[in-house]
Amino acid sequence: MRVTVRLFARLRDITGAGELTRELPDGATARVLWDLLASEYAELDTYRDAVSAAVNAEYAKMSRRLADGDEVAFLPPVSGG
Amino acid sequence: MPCRSAAARVRSTISGGNDPCYTPKMSVSRFVVTSRPLHLDDVVRAVGEGGGAPETTAGAVTSFLGLVRRQNLGKRVLRLEYESYEPLAVKAFERIAAEALERWPEVRLAVHHRLGTLEVGEASVAIAAASPHRAEAFSACRYAIERVKQIAPIWKHEFFEGGHVWIEGALADPDDSAAREDAYRRACA
Repeated sequence: MRVTVRLFARLRDITGAGELTRELPDGATARVLWDLLASEYAELDTYRDAVSAAVNAEYAKMSRRLADGDEVAFLPPVSGG
Repeated sequence: MPCRSAAARVRSTISGGNDPCYTPKMSVSRFVVTSRPLHLDDVVRAVGEGGGAPETTAGAVTSFLGLVRRQNLGKRVLRLEYESYEPLAVKAFERIAAEALERWPEVRLAVHHRLGTLEVGEASVAIAAASPHRAEAFSACRYAIERVKQIAPIWKHEFFEGGHVWIEGALADPDDSAAREDAYRRACA
C-alpha cells in the first residue's frame, strides 16, 4: 500500500520535505512507517519517544494500522500559543 | 493599504481598533487558524456575545490574547514563524471546547491562532470564553490556552539575535489524562 507522510517543524527540516510518499506492507502501523523513515534519516531517531501521529487529520496512536491512501502526519512536540 | 470608503473606514475603526483596514464579518468562526492578524473582537463575537443577541445566556465573557514576547530564555527575540497542521489544529480547538463543556457545561469557547511570520508584540493566539457567570468563564479561558499549548499541532520557530530554533513543548497526546488534569488544575488555581 502507498501512504502520504506529512512532516512539520524540525522533522521537516531533517528530511528536507514536508510531504513524502512511501510503500508499506499491508497491515503496517504508523510506528512501522516511522521506523522506516528513521532508517532513512538517522536524526529522526532522537524523536522516537517524542513524536505523535495523526492519520487523515485525526489524532492516532503509533500502533494504528494504516490503509492504502492514508495521510499520516508525524508531530514533533508542539509549541502553539 | 487603502480602504474602500469613508463609511467603511468609520465602521472598521469602530470594530477594528487601530487597524483602519479591518473589515468586520457578520459572523465569525469559533475555531480558526489564519495568517491574518488576530482581533480580540472576533473571538468575542464568535462566542455569540457582545452583539446583544436576544438568545444569549451569558453574563460574562473573558478573553486572552497571547503576544510575541521580546525576551525568551535570556535571548532577544527578533520574530517568530508559526506553522500548523491546519485541519487537525481546528479539530484540536473543537476538542478543547468539548472538554471545557464537560467541566463547565454552559461555557462557549472560541480559539483563533495566527500562523506565519509574527513580529514582537503581535498577537499569536486569541481566546474568548462566554458563560452565565464569571468564574467559569475565567477558568475555561485559562484551561483553553493550557490545552492549546499541550495538544494543538502548531509549532513556533524562534528567530533570535544569533540564531534560530524550533521551540518544542508538549507531546501532542489528547488522551494524556495527566496533562489534561494539569490544565484543569491551572485553570482552577
